[in-house]
Amino acid sequence: MAAVMPAPAQSRLLMSGNEAVARAVWESGVRVAAAYPGTPATEMLEVISTYPDLYSEWAVNEKTSLEIAFGAAMAGSRSFCAMKHVGLNVASDALMTLTLTGVAGGLVIAVADDVGLSSSQNEQDSRFWGRFAHVPILEPADSQEAYEQTKLAFELSERFQTVVILRMTTRICHVKGLVTVGERIPHVAAGFKKDPARWVMVPGAAQKRIPLMFQREDDLRAEAEVTPLNFVDSGSDRRVGFVTSGPAYMHIKEAFPDAPVLKLGLSYPAPFEKIRAFAATVGQCVVVEEVEPLLETEIKAQGIKVIGKEILPRQGELAPHVLKPVVGRLLGEEVAEPEKKPARAVAPLPVFPRPPTMCVACPHLGVYYTLAQLRNITIAGDIGCYTLGFGHPWNALDACISMGASMGMALGLDKGRGEADKDKKIVAVIGDSTFMHMGMQGLLDIVYNKGNVTVLLLDNRAVGMTGGQDNPGTGRDIHGQEAPRVDFAAIVKALGVKEERVHVVNPYELPTLFKTVREETKIPEPSVIITNQPCVLVDHYHGLKPYTVIDDKCTGCGNCLDTGCPAIHVTKRDSVVKPSGKTVDLAWVRIESSVCTGCGLCVQPCAPDAIVHADKVIQIKALQRH
Amino acid sequence: MSEITNILVVGVGGQGVMTATEILAEAAIALGHDVKKTEVAGMAQRGGVVSSHLRFGPKVLSPQITPGDAHILLGFEAAEGMRWRHMLRADGLALMNIGNLAPPVVELGLFEYPQDPVGEMRKSGARVFAFDASAIANSLGDIRLGNTVMLGAIADHMPFPAEVLEKCVLQRFARKGEKVIEMNRQAFAAGRAAAAEAQKTQDAREQAIA
Repeated sequence: MAAVMPAPAQSRLLMSGNEAVARAVWESGVRVAAAYPGTPATEMLEVISTYPDLYSEWAVNEKTSLEIAFGAAMAGSRSFCAMKHVGLNVASDALMTLTLTGVAGGLVIAVADDVGLSSSQNEQDSRFWGRFAHVPILEPADSQEAYEQTKLAFELSERFQTVVILRMTTRICHVKGLVTVGERIPHVAAGFKKDPARWVMVPGAAQKRIPLMFQREDDLRAEAEVTPLNFVDSGSDRRVGFVTSGPAYMHIKEAFPDAPVLKLGLSYPAPFEKIRAFAATVGQCVVVEEVEPLLETEIKAQGIKVIGKEILPRQGELAPHVLKPVVGRLLGEEVAEPEKKPARAVAPLPVFPRPPTMCVACPHLGVYYTLAQLRNITIAGDIGCYTLGFGHPWNALDACISMGASMGMALGLDKGRGEADKDKKIVAVIGDSTFMHMGMQGLLDIVYNKGNVTVLLLDNRAVGMTGGQDNPGTGRDIHGQEAPRVDFAAIVKALGVKEERVHVVNPYELPTLFKTVREETKIPEPSVIITNQPCVLVDHYHGLKPYTVIDDKCTGCGNCLDTGCPAIHVTKRDSVVKPSGKTVDLAWVRIESSVCTGCGLCVQPCAPDAIVHADKVIQIKALQRH
Repeated sequence: MSEITNILVVGVGGQGVMTATEILAEAAIALGHDVKKTEVAGMAQRGGVVSSHLRFGPKVLSPQITPGDAHILLGFEAAEGMRWRHMLRADGLALMNIGNLAPPVVELGLFEYPQDPVGEMRKSGARVFAFDASAIANSLGDIRLGNTVMLGAIADHMPFPAEVLEKCVLQRFARKGEKVIEMNRQAFAAGRAAAAEAQKTQDAREQAIA
């Protein structure tokens, strides 16, 4: 994205939490910002890249992004990186030691937990990393707080010379609220000062830094007792008081406007004396946190009597309609059972599910159409749009856990195969960006250890799932400027895949793709099939002439539906009994020509040649009229 | 609670639900309200379910509308309106496009599309103004106008004059030229008229039942 003129100070703007953090990063005088895209964190770097006077980039993975930010912080610059929750797992190797060195310039990591699982593989609570790495955790409750806490995080980071984690959740990242913004204050880099005892973490040096880390943690706990980030809202109804952090604060204020609340903005290290004093002022004290009982366990260990996950759910958001019945029951009030009779509402009406689908003309459709045709095959999948291949109509992805895991899982499925699987073909499916993020090492392992795996590397020249961000495979940087473009065929050959085992195919050419996959899965060597057509959502995708169905010619075979293209709609169903006695379901179709981009996938399996270019039909009809 | 207005906008990824909610939010901000807007839109670009919550008033705390507390349900797609019907207050109003978008799982015969989503909503006690926003948009020359038709439909049911919302809608297209602005002006007016017409039908139905 190109730089734009930022809105002037004192403007009151409708901003998502991500946009608010981006603004605060810019105002804090940050000089270096890096991230790998990941929902719900992606927009932070996207928006930062539109601000002037700072360096921003898409890094190849979260660990790299943190190392870049750390390098900049060693150089004395303020720096920032953002990631989704699972990204911090990847970056944690760097985190666990840079907590020993500390930082010179301020360094803030914004980590976005996907509470409610809108778009992730797990619901982990990243606040654990604060405990594990002994670094402070800030938890905003809305966009305004996200903005303010980001600015404070840089001050804390420099005052205590530590990385600070700003813990967001989907309900902060993607909620828009009004934010009053301020001025940018430039920050000058102090310059890198050589100090091996500080920056070179060999055992002898690390040993001396560990006590400093614990001292810092004690100092931060003292800070937590006095910081205005941790405050009490007094309330008139003292039967129940709440200790809370993050978006749950807003839910409590909504559900129990008269209850006392201790709101923790700096939630780790927790201010135990403040909590003890608060708990003494209320009848019962409930800890409300999303999602793990971290504060709760620590508070209980201090001998302070609180209630938490005994009564509250351990997963999902703690919205007002979740909290109200739980607290009502605690107070012995009569509560309508939500599962039987939601308050003032009717039960949800039954409607079919509407899972996300692949796009019309998506280049992955041909890949999964092909994989669905193959028998005796196990498919290790990966993280991206192509994970959707597990669903209908393809059912052609058997496992998915984490970024790049398809490579290792495939090799393990090969090496660990039982007698029943001895003839199974093992296929791994991975996207271009995921391959560069964490897949290359896995492929190297497959080659080095002589695995019998066929890798499908789906190069659609975009980080598709998160909205088509650029990466080293697109030939453009975060600003859309030209950048060196990686050559996937050259990389996989350099990793040791034999030249004759590397194929680049057009995924819309079904016969070629099918033949290549079938042949390569027969050969007991590592092979890589690279598909080379772009994501349909990227700017430079050019659609072709749309298709339509000639109704009279359609025989209802339904082969076109097996591509899974959402532009194909069923107009009529029937079933016939074949002479063999087998019942066959028939489905006649039409193509929504207004969204069809003419990729031609569905034309290929159409037995009666009923699918033709739409303009051809218009011509024929025009001729018939004359 | 009574000072806060809760609007739930629902539809399918790609229909412009989030943009429509953003425009509604802009109108509320222009009138000096505090505003929060939140989506449940997992992978929305991929044709999944999108529900966008808008809350405005003197001071908004939680961004989420509690089930049974939405004043207005603005449904961009018939079955999606039905899916979220339980979010409506007993005295709430559903403004529904009757246009259908069947997902692949329905096309593949794994699930059935409801026969009469609006009828089901009414049967459950909801007050529904139903109209064909997709057909109106097509008749005006561009299916993409459906978004503006829906905003026109809600315009007379917001706690502020329709003109405030119209101004915010047209501002969105300020740079697209006079022709686009005029098309959206017409779409907005057509949406208002369609909702007014649907209200008459609903009123007659309610009288017949009474």
